[in-house]
Amino acid sequence: MSVALQPAPALDVARVRRDFPILARTVRGKPLVFLDSAASAQKPRAVIEAMVRCMETAYANVHRGAYHLSEVATESYEAARAAAARFLNAADPREIVFTRNSTEAINLVAHSWGRGVMRPGQAVLVSEMEHHANLVPWQMLRDDGRGIGLRVCRVTDDGELDLEDLAAKLADGKVGLVAVTHMSNVLGTVTPAERIVALAHAHGAKVLLDGSQAAVHRRVDVRAIGCDFYCFTGHKLYGPTGIGVLWARLEHLERMPPFLGGGDMIASVTLERSEWAPPPAKFEAGTPPIIEAVGLHAALDYVAAIGLPAIEAHERALVDHAMRRLCGVEGLTLLGRAQDRGGVFSFALDNAHPHDLSTLLDRAGIAVRAGRHCAEPLHARFGLEGGTCRASFGLYTTREEIDLLADALVRAREFFA
Amino acid sequence: MFDDLRDLYQEVILDHGRKPRNFRRIEDADRSARGDNPMCGDRMELWLKLSPEGRIADAAFQGRGCAISMASASLMTETVKGKTPEQAKEMGEKVRTLAMTGTCPACDGAIAEDMERLAPLSGVHEFPSRVKCATLAWHTLKAALEGAKEASSE
Repeated sequence: MSVALQPAPALDVARVRRDFPILARTVRGKPLVFLDSAASAQKPRAVIEAMVRCMETAYANVHRGAYHLSEVATESYEAARAAAARFLNAADPREIVFTRNSTEAINLVAHSWGRGVMRPGQAVLVSEMEHHANLVPWQMLRDDGRGIGLRVCRVTDDGELDLEDLAAKLADGKVGLVAVTHMSNVLGTVTPAERIVALAHAHGAKVLLDGSQAAVHRRVDVRAIGCDFYCFTGHKLYGPTGIGVLWARLEHLERMPPFLGGGDMIASVTLERSEWAPPPAKFEAGTPPIIEAVGLHAALDYVAAIGLPAIEAHERALVDHAMRRLCGVEGLTLLGRAQDRGGVFSFALDNAHPHDLSTLLDRAGIAVRAGRHCAEPLHARFGLEGGTCRASFGLYTTREEIDLLADALVRAREFFA
Repeated sequence: MFDDLRDLYQEVILDHGRKPRNFRRIEDADRSARGDNPMCGDRMELWLKLSPEGRIADAAFQGRGCAISMASASLMTETVKGKTPEQAKEMGEKVRTLAMTGTCPACDGAIAEDMERLAPLSGVHEFPSRVKCATLAWHTLKAALEGAKEASSE
């Protein structure tokens, strides 16, 4: 993780908010307080307009037509790939594979690396705090009879990855791949990526980091981290739905068999057999998400213009403020107390079920998520099978919104008393 | 701040949500089923004791869920006692209508008084995401009466 050497220019949140048309609307007669960005973030005008512009002026299928519009569209699509490579500081744009979302990126690795490269007797090591997207594909790999195991690294009571347990589970050298989150979507915990990579590589394991949350909040440098696979999704990063990014070292992509078959992923086809195109085309069968790629490119540019150091500083201040305000709410249990954390807070009130609570908060115009946030095992780990409410921040979140949340929680507890 | 939510969270709902009635196991139950709403984590187990002539002699449940699902289950165990399985299932259908539309045009006859008691559940009709909370117990009842082991409100 790179550290800003100069103080980050402050983020002007009032100005940022004007970039997001939806933030001007009301909900149930109250100004919208959108605290569910970890599920999906809102979209700035720059993204909306870039996608409309693409469809109005520069749209055709890519990689196919020898005519002007197709060439323009292909250029836009490949420019998005280059932007994603810059965003992650990847060595080469060919290391960027566009997928539908993070879930598909992880499934791609599970199918292609897991079934095509890993050997029987090897295991995948995940953690207790994974989103189902980084657990279920590995359970499916374990269960399909190839002799590939699945191990689970424990999470400490504070909600951190238990690195001693990680080391212990790597010790026999049978783990071929460590697949863990870079930031928990429930606890907000940012995991120590470089240390995980060092431990894993020392024991012969590759590392996949699920950056669905982390990439939104931190500068990610895949070369500095040293991991093997990294993925994130466009819609949490202020971009459109329907596009995600898998980054993998080129040498890995070259070894991996294709995931899906179809057009655009082949070098030559006869009725008997096909030869695969080189990466990344090998992994992008069919017409790709062209308009979504343009939208993602605009989102990456938007985030870059504000600056990830400024976003990080803004969110750090919000996290400190939320910590103070939420800890002052009587009867509230906060899930996870990691040292290094981002703007995601899951909590339970002692006298209100998360669904009742979210209905009340909704009345106050506050959107939070209620449930188990696609992380059932983690809720079981903390004895909260009934779920939690989760408030999560974006670059447009304000201190005042956190105050509104804290005040509403106090009133909600009174309501159910 | 939340005054307009009193239609949804009427005192009877809050009361039954906090102190669910018949929140116990029936060891020698004749029928039982589990109800599950995987989306929100609500889960319950329902036990029924039938009389020799086949009416519901006792109903009890255990589980976890929001105030609305707990209150719905609690009110259900009270109102289905003495009913035939057909009447109980009919009540379940009416609760569904009540929860989805806020009204129950055909809630008269033998079950009129019981439907009156269940009327507070109608508040969920303005909250599409909460309708399932009110109906889970009744799906579970139907499953138990029809000999199924599992019910899901998904």
